[in-house]
Amino acid sequence: MIVGEQKALEEIWESIKDHKKVLVFGCNTCVAVCQQGGNKEAEILASMLRMKATQNGVDIEIKDSGIERQCEHEFFEKTEEEVDWAEAVLSTACGIGVQFMAEKYPKPVYPGLNTTFLGAVEELGIYTERCQACGNCKVGKFGGICPVARCAKRVLNGPCGGSTNGKCEISKDVDCAWQLIVDRLKLLDKLDTYEELTPIKDWSTDRAGGPRKLVREDVQHDS
Amino acid sequence: MTAKTPSKLEKILAAGHYAVTSECGPPRGSDPAGIVEKAELIKNHVDAINITDNQTSVCRTCSLAVCIRLKTMGLEPVLQMVTRDRNRIALQSDILGAAHWDINNILCLSGDHQSFGDCSKGQNVHDLDSMQLLQTVRQMCDEGKFLGGDEIKRPPQMFAGAAANPFADPFEIRVARLAKKVKAGAQFIQTQCIYNLDKFEEWMQGVRDRGLHEQTAIMAGLTPMKSAGMARYMKNRVPGMDVPDEVVQRLADTPKDKQAEEGIKMCIESIERLKECEGIRGFHIMAIEWEEKVPGIVEAAGLYPRPEV
Repeated sequence: MIVGEQKALEEIWESIKDHKKVLVFGCNTCVAVCQQGGNKEAEILASMLRMKATQNGVDIEIKDSGIERQCEHEFFEKTEEEVDWAEAVLSTACGIGVQFMAEKYPKPVYPGLNTTFLGAVEELGIYTERCQACGNCKVGKFGGICPVARCAKRVLNGPCGGSTNGKCEISKDVDCAWQLIVDRLKLLDKLDTYEELTPIKDWSTDRAGGPRKLVREDVQHDS
Repeated sequence: MTAKTPSKLEKILAAGHYAVTSECGPPRGSDPAGIVEKAELIKNHVDAINITDNQTSVCRTCSLAVCIRLKTMGLEPVLQMVTRDRNRIALQSDILGAAHWDINNILCLSGDHQSFGDCSKGQNVHDLDSMQLLQTVRQMCDEGKFLGGDEIKRPPQMFAGAAANPFADPFEIRVARLAKKVKAGAQFIQTQCIYNLDKFEEWMQGVRDRGLHEQTAIMAGLTPMKSAGMARYMKNRVPGMDVPDEVVQRLADTPKDKQAEEGIKMCIESIERLKECEGIRGFHIMAIEWEEKVPGIVEAAGLYPRPEV
């Protein structure tokens, strides 16, 4: 899922304080899983901003609402009226939702979250990165562990010389992806495949190739 | 073994001599005087001088410029090149730039993470990794082709090397990792600084069992300790470094004003012991900001005079 982290209240306040009617708009799917940016969190954030407005003596009306997903057109229908009311929207979706919303409505849309990464819920309150959406998945070769997302140097023929006691050279709190890969290959009785050189990667499917687009003609609506 | 390139380092190894290299770090400014002085200090006692590439991710004069400086002094540089800062266009371009100046040695590295340096908020590139850089160098030299497949007019002639850290984890793949570097085209290896000789010899046994010492020239890396404090720092703070307690203890048991001398003595003892280790073809003496000590170490270790080839 997409993991996000709410921005500092001060930064959010700076972005909205000059508007008169602001809608704090939640997104209740991915980011809500890490209890950031969901409809409930949008409600809490709206009330904090109202308090902030009162403290600062600023005349600003703040409402909250939300939908299931801000990255799909159909979910927006039931909230058209609320969005129309607002002079500006503070979206607590990931960066995708914020942009999708901005494209739909001719009014300012501000991000309430920092989109942090594509990750997993390790346990309640701990989320960790697993994928960088490079567009050319090879984790099968690495025992199911991605060196692109999980090695600080995205070394495809690792580990580098900085791996110590299973940890990465950048921090004792970060696992060495290549230690994990070697451990997994051992578990799967595939350690012999470690010596296969991973060829130079085609990064054109990654960010390097420009904005990406997927077209599925087979599932498009007939017009 | 016969040399395939005009590299003096390769020729010395091919002739069966122990090779001796050292390294110098480029300045944090544009004045060439310091690096020229460092090179002058060691030039008669080493066969080639590695020039580091923004080591520890701190911005310095580029390795290539300093390698060219050494060439103009009639010396033999080893161009260190990390994959952290440049994509495959820039790497190939700099390899050609080095070849333009007839620089014939390259050491392919991934580089320390940028968080250690003075640009910790910067991006890293890692378009290639160190093994893929080795493959790139070998393709450019041996096939005379760019990665894109086009022909290179006057291909580079490089003796291509890599680093090996026998002490990093996981230890069980450390020999396999060397095998991988050999497969990627490493013609010589310069190892991480060796303080744990027992562990190093265990690694070399594994290397010999697979005959890897016959496929690449392994040079043992050594850095003399200046003090017990430095030994503690290396032990506790430098990633991938293995400094046994007895090394720290021996320095700590030495009076402060004699610790540097003791560190040099330990370095010379290590060279003497490693000469007995089958498969060691040379020594890479990295006296960090202590270049003036290199000649004494080389002489005391019986590696002087350097052979003419």
